Amino acid sequence: MRSKSKTFLLSSLAAGLVFGMAGAHAADTIKVGILHSLSGTMAISETSLKDVALMAIEEINAKGGLLGKKLEPVVVDPASNWPLFAEKARELLQKEKVAVVFGCWTSVSRKSVLPVFEELNGLLFYPVQYEGEESSYNVFYTGAAPNQQAIPAVEYLMSEEGGGAKRWVLLGTDYVYPRTTNKILRAFLHAKGVADDDIMETYTPFGHSDYQTIVADIKKFASAGKRTAVVSTINGDSNVPFYKELGNAGLKATDVPVVAFSVGEEELRGIDTKPLVGHLAAWNYFMSIDAPENKAFIEKWKAYVAKNKLPGGDKRVTNDPMEATYTGINMWAQAVQQAGTTEVDAVRQALGYQTFKTPSGFVESLDAKNHHLHKPVYIAEIQADGQFNIVWKTEGPIRAQAWSPYIPDSAKKVADWTYPWVCGNCTEPKFK
Amino acid sequence: MPILLRLTAAVLLLCAAVGARAADPAVDQALANLAADPKALRASVEALGGARGDPRALAVLEALRDGRLSVAGGEVLMRSADGRVLRARDGAAVAEAGSAFGLTNALRRGLGTAVARQQLLATDPQVRLAAAGALAERPSTEVEGLLRELLATEADARVRKALALALAPLDLDSADKARRLAAIGVLAEDGELAARGLLEPIAQGRDPELAQAARRALSRIGERQWLRDQFGNLFFGLSLGSVLLLAALGLAITFGLMGVINMAHGEMLMIGAYATYVVQGLFRQYLPGAFDWYLLAALPAAFVASALVGAAIERTVLRHLYGRPLETLLATFGISLILIQTVRVIFGAQNVEVANPAWLSGGIEVATNLVLPYNRLATIVFAVLVLAGVWTIFQKTRLGLRVRSVTQNRGMAAAMGIDTRRVDTLTFALGSGVAGLGGVALSQLGNVGPELGQAYIIDSFMVVVLGGVGKLAGAVAGALGLGVVNKLLEPAVGAVLGKIALLGFIILFIQKRPQGLFALKGRAVES
Repeated sequence: MRSKSKTFLLSSLAAGLVFGMAGAHAADTIKVGILHSLSGTMAISETSLKDVALMAIEEINAKGGLLGKKLEPVVVDPASNWPLFAEKARELLQKEKVAVVFGCWTSVSRKSVLPVFEELNGLLFYPVQYEGEESSYNVFYTGAAPNQQAIPAVEYLMSEEGGGAKRWVLLGTDYVYPRTTNKILRAFLHAKGVADDDIMETYTPFGHSDYQTIVADIKKFASAGKRTAVVSTINGDSNVPFYKELGNAGLKATDVPVVAFSVGEEELRGIDTKPLVGHLAAWNYFMSIDAPENKAFIEKWKAYVAKNKLPGGDKRVTNDPMEATYTGINMWAQAVQQAGTTEVDAVRQALGYQTFKTPSGFVESLDAKNHHLHKPVYIAEIQADGQFNIVWKTEGPIRAQAWSPYIPDSAKKVADWTYPWVCGNCTEPKFK
Repeated sequence: MPILLRLTAAVLLLCAAVGARAADPAVDQALANLAADPKALRASVEALGGARGDPRALAVLEALRDGRLSVAGGEVLMRSADGRVLRARDGAAVAEAGSAFGLTNALRRGLGTAVARQQLLATDPQVRLAAAGALAERPSTEVEGLLRELLATEADARVRKALALALAPLDLDSADKARRLAAIGVLAEDGELAARGLLEPIAQGRDPELAQAARRALSRIGERQWLRDQFGNLFFGLSLGSVLLLAALGLAITFGLMGVINMAHGEMLMIGAYATYVVQGLFRQYLPGAFDWYLLAALPAAFVASALVGAAIERTVLRHLYGRPLETLLATFGISLILIQTVRVIFGAQNVEVANPAWLSGGIEVATNLVLPYNRLATIVFAVLVLAGVWTIFQKTRLGLRVRSVTQNRGMAAAMGIDTRRVDTLTFALGSGVAGLGGVALSQLGNVGPELGQAYIIDSFMVVVLGGVGKLAGAVAGALGLGVVNKLLEPAVGAVLGKIALLGFIILFIQKRPQGLFALKGRAVES
């Protein structure tokens, strides 16, 4: 500071006062918070989101940063502990004064930090597919809502090409995401004329490892003469014993296909995929997508992994939430450039109109009204090498429905943050 | 006409038997189409499935199913089992193969039917039987003609039965009442749950004779299924019980016999599982030919690894804490955290992949809807063997005698000249080693990760406490009891409620009988 001119000193002092004594350091960098579990049960999935966020930040810095300043990542570890997520979020916003936070995986962690972001007017980018039924002024959702993942997957399995399923097993881990998703799916299946007798809904505790009875039940349920499909919202580790049991019990994808919403390239890294060939997953991005943007993304990721000697080495893969994280950071950077400031209210205004050519090969846009990303939907079959063979996709990105039209209570609600609604869950506009 | 048919079928079978190239022009046409337009896979598969008496059809279909078929330079090529690339048209060897065809479920379904149609013409009755079974699962009018034709000429009684079963769903829609009755009879005899949906409308139909037959068939199918369900539940219970037993047997020694509240027991399982992972890696690298047998080498490795860690823990920490249960609990809890973190540092926080060897994948189908997976059967056998081994050590060896004497009366044993400290170390190492063996079994069933042990520690304590501390028989009864009761409850109330109900039951049981199922009789000096 010694060499700086008097005017700069004054203005930086004034800025320091305005931004709550952020200190000299904060003036030449923009702090970006990363809130992902690096230990505990969710570390398996969330660690690579932290890595890809750092990669994106490095990439932006290499191009000269934003507004003439470098980005400075602030990584904290909420340790898969839901209340700790709220504490760490508060720390990032109040103590570190970050401009934006990229974070959370499970819905329960997002619900935990939501009040903090709303109270302190922070900005959160949430990169994972989820159950919908939410739209916050302070959150941008770059993962899929149910109509961008679950509903198209079920429609595909109903189609001639997908096997023409008439009977459905809704199988999940016992917590908010599977329960809400299955509630929406049940309502959707009713709307398609599927009777309750043809729907079997089963839940298992977190970390369940003995799937003998459930697989036997699915087999019995499936042998009632109608084509059957399984919709799995099993989350985390339990997928391994579930798929092992499926393979050993001889339940083949050609007879009873299983479509999963939480199983991607990263989760399959720990499984022998040969018995699983043909089972399906629905996402908005797959590593196997044939697009120049994706090729560049994968190359960048491989180079980053090699340069930083990340654990896993050349076996590391890219997956959907990583792509969503990468997209989110780039859109935020564009919005900051346009707004000319990192101030949350201005950036939010600019964010609603951002578009970005994502690794999925499509130009995706953020929705100013419901804060969700318009995304393409891909359905793919598991291959023997742990990658996915895409069998169906939408023609282009589709708009998210934050509130499901299939649940009567939520069908009435509207998420629209533009005038005259200015509300995430209202049944009538705030300003008439 | 039937004579002529019979003759042609016999000729066909003969052709297949001697492997003569009875080239079917349809096959040549299908191969040419496929080579010209690789996208027209579905039509080609159908054409190949319909080919008669040409062994190339089945070879090409099987190559496609196994991912060995490709198109390059306007020719359909297949890679044979020994790695050579052959031209599908005439079997000539060529140099290079293109990239293999990708399959989707829709194609695989059509392929399954096509392969089964070709296999129906095989000479081996076992293959014909399997093919008829596969076709019975997906009744279609497309294969009706072929089925009827073969039924008329089939010599093997079992295959005839399977063919009749495959035809029955089609006959149910026939206009001929006698034929429908016969089909209902066939389904009553051998029909599965799938036939229910077809029979139910007939049971409620107008024709009283048909309705009665259908009702009788339905009840017979129901009875068969009920029996199978009960047997299945019992097997699942035994299997879960044997998993619990393998997880808890080590603890039955360290906690049950020695009285060490061993919170690090789960980590001994985990070390056993990681030892399996390491051995697997070594086999993959140095002995890929013997890969299927890596588990046998993993057993001693896992036992030794866990036993060494156990011995080290006993020597350095536990030996100073005997008689102080609270401190032991805290110390072993700390050790468990240290071990988890150590493994995380060495192998990473991610789960590692432990593959099932080929002989442990799949299962025996004892009846439709009742498959006994090989890995579950192997677990049961393994649990029995480990139990027998531990029992032999305790009852038939000098070490066992010493262990028993030390646990019954330490002071007296020491007075008789037994080095009780050495016995303590050996016992703890043995218990840890047995846990390592349990880890090998667990690695074949579920996840292998640093937190593997955490998932089993509560179950293990439950088994030992329920069974009665200090008795191996208690651990056996506790494990099998928990397993069977859990699996009988699960179909009725679901997995989540079943687990809760089981925990509630154990709380009540321990209230009534704190000593567990099997109590130590007689006087223990230290208590």
